[in-house]
Amino acid sequence: MASYLLRRVGTSALVLLLASIVVFVGVRALPGDAAVALAGEESDPVAIEQIREKYGLNDPVPVQYFRYLGNSLQGDLGFSTRTGLDVSEIILDRLPVTLELALLSLLVGLLIGIPAGILAALRRGTWIDNTSNAFGLLGLSIPNFWLGLVLILVVSVQAGLLPASGYVPFFESPVANLERMLLPAIVLGTGLSAVLMRQMRSAMLETMSADYVRTARSKGLSERQVVLVHALRNSLVTVVTVLGLQLGALISGAVITEQIFVIPGFGKLIVDGVFTRDYPVIQGVALVTVCGYVLVNLLVDLTYSFLNPRIRVSGGAS
Amino acid sequence: MTTPVTVRAPQPSGDYPLLSVQDLRVRFATEDGPVFAVNGVSFDLRAGEIIALVGESGCGKSVTAMAVPGLLAPTATVTGRVLLAGRDLLELTPKELRAVRGKEISFVFQEPMTSLNPAFTVGKQIREVLQRHEGLSKKAAQARAVELLQLVRIPAPERRVDEYPHQLSGGMRQRVMIAIAVACGPKVLVADEPTTALDVTIQAGVLDILRDLRDELGTAIVLITHDLGVVADLADRVVVMYAGRPVEQAEVHELFAHPQHPYTNGLLGAVPHREQGVELVAGRRLAEIPGLVPALRSDPDECVFAPRCSRRTDVCTSRRPPLEPVRPGHPAACFHPGEAS
Amino acid sequence: MTTAPDGERGTTAAAPMSQPGPAMAVPPPRQRRSRRLLKRFFRRRLSVFGLVVLLLILSLAVFAPLFGSPSRNDFGAVLLGPSAAHPLGTDDLGRDTLARIAYGARVSMQAGVMATLLAMAVGVPLGLIAGYYRGWADLVISRFTDLLLAFPFLILAVGLAAILGPSLRNVVIALGISALPSFIRVTRGEVLGLREQDYVAGAVADGAGDGRILSRYVLPNAISPLLVQATVTVPEAIIGESVLSFLGLGVQPPTPSWGTMLSAAQTFLTQAPLLAVWPGVAIALAALSFNLVGDGLRDTLDPKATS
Repeated sequence: MASYLLRRVGTSALVLLLASIVVFVGVRALPGDAAVALAGEESDPVAIEQIREKYGLNDPVPVQYFRYLGNSLQGDLGFSTRTGLDVSEIILDRLPVTLELALLSLLVGLLIGIPAGILAALRRGTWIDNTSNAFGLLGLSIPNFWLGLVLILVVSVQAGLLPASGYVPFFESPVANLERMLLPAIVLGTGLSAVLMRQMRSAMLETMSADYVRTARSKGLSERQVVLVHALRNSLVTVVTVLGLQLGALISGAVITEQIFVIPGFGKLIVDGVFTRDYPVIQGVALVTVCGYVLVNLLVDLTYSFLNPRIRVSGGAS
Repeated sequence: MTTPVTVRAPQPSGDYPLLSVQDLRVRFATEDGPVFAVNGVSFDLRAGEIIALVGESGCGKSVTAMAVPGLLAPTATVTGRVLLAGRDLLELTPKELRAVRGKEISFVFQEPMTSLNPAFTVGKQIREVLQRHEGLSKKAAQARAVELLQLVRIPAPERRVDEYPHQLSGGMRQRVMIAIAVACGPKVLVADEPTTALDVTIQAGVLDILRDLRDELGTAIVLITHDLGVVADLADRVVVMYAGRPVEQAEVHELFAHPQHPYTNGLLGAVPHREQGVELVAGRRLAEIPGLVPALRSDPDECVFAPRCSRRTDVCTSRRPPLEPVRPGHPAACFHPGEAS
Repeated sequence: MTTAPDGERGTTAAAPMSQPGPAMAVPPPRQRRSRRLLKRFFRRRLSVFGLVVLLLILSLAVFAPLFGSPSRNDFGAVLLGPSAAHPLGTDDLGRDTLARIAYGARVSMQAGVMATLLAMAVGVPLGLIAGYYRGWADLVISRFTDLLLAFPFLILAVGLAAILGPSLRNVVIALGISALPSFIRVTRGEVLGLREQDYVAGAVADGAGDGRILSRYVLPNAISPLLVQATVTVPEAIIGESVLSFLGLGVQPPTPSWGTMLSAAQTFLTQAPLLAVWPGVAIALAALSFNLVGDGLRDTLDPKATS
């Protein structure tokens, strides 16, 4: 277990280091001169040279990289060229919005996907299975931003049930917050639930035909015990591993969902950053996103290894 | 005149079969139409007796075994009678059947590596069946689990009981399976190829445990195997199956000494010292017989072995050979029975 | 857009709960395999439906010019509903929606197929090398895969759009890169398994060169899972292209693309809601058709589903 943990943490650290290089190089590859961007388009060459000197842009690239790395590790992500605000502060400001959206969507995805997958597997070939499969296929095939547009059209514009856009902080007014978050969470959660449903279904079908499930039946256990104790436990272990990878899709989905519902989150920040050529913001958001994603996947893997006694308890057969 | 009172293991009267399988038929519905897996198998099992079902793979012996405690998939249609102490298991509701499984009749599967749940300790998997049928507390069940591990000769049972299946060797896992199977003192134990997946050196140990269970607890055993060495070693009686049908049935010494069906003769063909009957090399597999086991797409009214048989005549393909005694207590389904010359 | 291996299975041959199955003694002859597989595939009505829809969309893309010009403005016929002249109505500039949908199909199909081909062209060789040579090559390629996986699809695409500028080519590159890890992993996993097979070991013993072994023995046997992976990747890329174009980071107006059409329709959601319906239906149908065909292929080719 200990060696597995060390190896897994080491890999994540390496990936993060490589990712920071990619982000650094990527931002250097952006069109336009960073110094010009910082100083403003109309600055004279002397002022630009001063900026260049001040920010160490004349130093060798590796030196620049390590300074950037050091600053990032200390939480200094630079300043927005558009607003002049501290990028770290902007991110800290926007992060809770996206996290709330992601958590709500995850909730929607899990609450629909897991039970639907289990039921479909247990009632294989029945209308429940067919409905779940149809839902799964449609969920995979319908783009979530279109679903968002349709929901806005039907629920907000025509029925006038929920507000179509905007954001109210949760602690200001929980009701107004949830009213505005419900549609985005459904939009983002539906795609996730479709994937989870398909995964859960196939994992359950596989474990339900496993030898140890047959053993459980031969013991005279009730069907509920067979399913909930013996089959589900092992199926969930497989689905947990998929969940980590799905977070990437969730982050991507958040970017566009925030765009449609005009939610001032992380995703909107980076898209706006691209259109306003606000490179420090793009760099900061990319870095924080990648770190968060890698760390969450590390956590998922550690959870998995804890759920799986084969990794948790080492010691081979004698 | 007084008759001496005999003390014996609790069991029904001597000639009353504990388990009576009568005209068992199993059919599977598949994508490509029905498959006739088992076609009219009958046998009786008395308390403390070991009966072996023998045949090549695909002959229906495992399906027969799984049909007895109702463990086949829902795609299977099972007809006939499976009387356990006079009660027809095929007539029971699922709930009644679950009360019987693991308690009165239990199962040891072929694959010790995959038949235990990797997510739970050995102890939990033994406790489960005790808590289900005996109503033991967790603590009592745990203590009993250690005893059971001791019974199946697992060293250091106090430690092993808290280990996970992946920490045990194949032989030990199979012993754990047996411990689970005998936990509630079942009347009948069905063992489907219990030693096939194990090393030869470990097989003997597992067979010894099965024999001791029979001798000490009076457990009757249905043993599924294709290993004639195991049959000679353990079984009292043998049912030879071919293409879903029973083709010969006899007491073990009788069968080895006087095989009647050409298929049985073929199986024994390569076995040395046939005259000595049971003195066989452990681990010997059934001899190769030229030809293939037919796909069981139908249950024709003819001898299913005819295409591979050297004694074949016109009568063999004209009607179904009845399973009738050709020697005392020794039926065979063949129009031309007899030992090979 | 990550692709998780999905063991989705439809109707498999009914079998008893474990090995003791009905005797399937005589294996069908080898040369009949392809015919048998085709039969299996065509038995699944939904997959056949998917194939038909896919062919319809492909012909829509090929014969797009038959549906008229996608860029002819008609300010006298703005935001019209369906009519004989314009079966799907017109947009805010009076352009025919059906023609734009047809030309949009070209963009979508191109993006989906090109991105998948790009990912395969790079991912399959990398997976072959990692799985066949193991050792440090495997280590480097696996870390590279981890690195790619660390960048969620849209973050990567947004970054690339910022660096390279928005265009269909760059959309394809971004989509291809995000689909790369799946192809590397699938290929690597297959090769690892195939390496242990007797016929590969036999070829090695016969002194066959690495290139010959990989191209003659390993790759042909890895085709089924790669084909299935490709049918999963294409719909993801189709949706990915529409997302990027919708955000303005992909295909640029006035080139018709389903994503840009939806983006434009957003403004007229109350006046002409149908304008936001057609492109969405088109994307969903295109993705659905590939997913259905993919599910069918998986069921047909997956040996586990055959048992």
